[in-house]
Amino acid sequence: MSATTLYGLCAASLVGLGLYGAIVHPQPLRKILAFNLLGGGIFLLFGVIARRGATPGMGGDPVPQAMVITGIVVAFAATSLAIALLLRLFATTGEASLRPGAPTPPGNDQAGG
Amino acid sequence: MAQTVGGFLLVLAVILPAGAVLLTLMSGRHAERIALLVMPAGLALALAILAGVWHSGASLVYFLGGWAPPLGIALRADGLAAAMLVTTALVIGAVGLFARGSFSEKAAGAETRAPLVFWTMLMGVWGALNAVWLGGDLFNLYVALELLTFSAVPLVCLDGRAETLAAALRYLLFALIGSALYLLGAALFYGAYGTLDMALLAGRVRAEPVVYVAAALMTAGLLAKTALFPLHLWLPPAHAGAPAAASAILSSLVVKGSFFLVVRLWFDVLPGLPGVPAAQMLGALGAAAIIFGSVLALRQARLKLLVAYSTIAQIGYLFLLFPLATGAAASGIWGSFAWTGGVFQLISHAVAKAAMFMAAGLIGEALGHDRIARFAGIGRALPMTVFAFGLAGMSLMGLPPSGGFVAKLMLLTAAVTERQWWWAVVILVGGLLAAGYVFRVLAPALAVTGRPLVLHAPVARSREAVVLALAICAVLLGLVPLRPSELLQIGRPPLLLDPAP
Repeated sequence: MSATTLYGLCAASLVGLGLYGAIVHPQPLRKILAFNLLGGGIFLLFGVIARRGATPGMGGDPVPQAMVITGIVVAFAATSLAIALLLRLFATTGEASLRPGAPTPPGNDQAGG
Repeated sequence: MAQTVGGFLLVLAVILPAGAVLLTLMSGRHAERIALLVMPAGLALALAILAGVWHSGASLVYFLGGWAPPLGIALRADGLAAAMLVTTALVIGAVGLFARGSFSEKAAGAETRAPLVFWTMLMGVWGALNAVWLGGDLFNLYVALELLTFSAVPLVCLDGRAETLAAALRYLLFALIGSALYLLGAALFYGAYGTLDMALLAGRVRAEPVVYVAAALMTAGLLAKTALFPLHLWLPPAHAGAPAAASAILSSLVVKGSFFLVVRLWFDVLPGLPGVPAAQMLGALGAAAIIFGSVLALRQARLKLLVAYSTIAQIGYLFLLFPLATGAAASGIWGSFAWTGGVFQLISHAVAKAAMFMAAGLIGEALGHDRIARFAGIGRALPMTVFAFGLAGMSLMGLPPSGGFVAKLMLLTAAVTERQWWWAVVILVGGLLAAGYVFRVLAPALAVTGRPLVLHAPVARSREAVVLALAICAVLLGLVPLRPSELLQIGRPPLLLDPAP
């Protein structure tokens, strides 16, 4: 098994784990962590693609590497935004959960706008 | 494909709102003034791009930094993108005029952050949407899509109540997983074909497993962001909890951004691939969304939730585009009724839903609540607003002569002429259900009461006028000729392969 295949399989399992965690876990913090795992798998895949597409004499194709850097910045920003929202939710309600009564119940009397 | 004259306009269309965001952040104030100054300029720019596309009869193209794809990134405006640019500028302008009353910096008092965030994020949404309409590179579109999410999420929780925070967080989580799947698909495309430029990809893709996996991942991710049934759970609390001006933007424009990318993916990147079963499946999800969303809208006690569920139903109509357009003769997709009808539904729903959400917001402000059962007499107190709600409702139901009528009639015509009669049944049932939920609001609103209604808060006449003007636009859209539009055929990719069954 070549190195790129090994890393490719590794990326695929990270993506699978992340997706599973994001769907199965009800806690928002775990979902955020799972999203990061999923993102890590995708970035690793970009790395594999860069390595596979390398022209002779170069370590890798620079275009996917540039995309990974952009992707990491975006994922970092997304994680910070999600964490900030979660902290604010915790400060307001005292619990960091989306489940109990979080969606506005139909009988709620607030105009909301 | 080469760069065209006037291509720099495309850069300006993205830069202008982004510049407004930067200027606001740097000065830390005057957010409203900056936004209101930028809006007419943006509308003029969008109209200039539309005129450029129309006169040249071809796409406007710009290569960023002069680097041509595959190394560089292209911005392209075809007829579809130009139409979306103008729609966006129009709706954002109307929402801006409407929000002048509710978020003006002086009126806000203690909480001064909300207006700053609102105007900044409004400009952010605009810039991101323009980047989505114009983007020609799958990775660039990923960044635009994320910008759109990051600008839209704060709009959901502007008032900081716990349930809106939870709604915003749920929306963000759905959107993040969705865009991660999109990015994964883009990575697979790059790995297989060495480019992310849509026009180049269209010439290189073949019917092989990696293409199907990538397309399935990207489509699934985008569906989560578009809130197509059954991935719609995040939408009603998020759209109903936001302030009215923000709801109007979220419901009419933001969900269309990711839908637009599904269209780009299916019809620009993969135009010739045989995908009839997949298109039928998307259509089936759309049909389920129409029925499910409309029935739930009928059952809501609160007006804003009703309007939010109606968005789920109207998104369903958009997805009927896929089975109907791929069912059209392969050579004639762009000239078919299905293509024009689907795009027209995109535009007419954007205008009508923005008007409807703003009307719902005014009613909620005037009464201090939005429980439909206690609407008696509001028709006499706010005649312009209720009339606007009714006009927007006409477009959702598909009554002539509204824009929604033209869109639904074209989809219906396509369904009948292509002998896919099951979609026709869904379109008609959806129209009846829409009539049901609009009349459920209008009947108590227009009921005659003995004593005049005492309003909780006065509503500025100018804001009512903005809502009515937008609702009238939604109706006037119905005056376009009932035939496949020439504008929407400009710059469409040639169909390379014949999708033989």
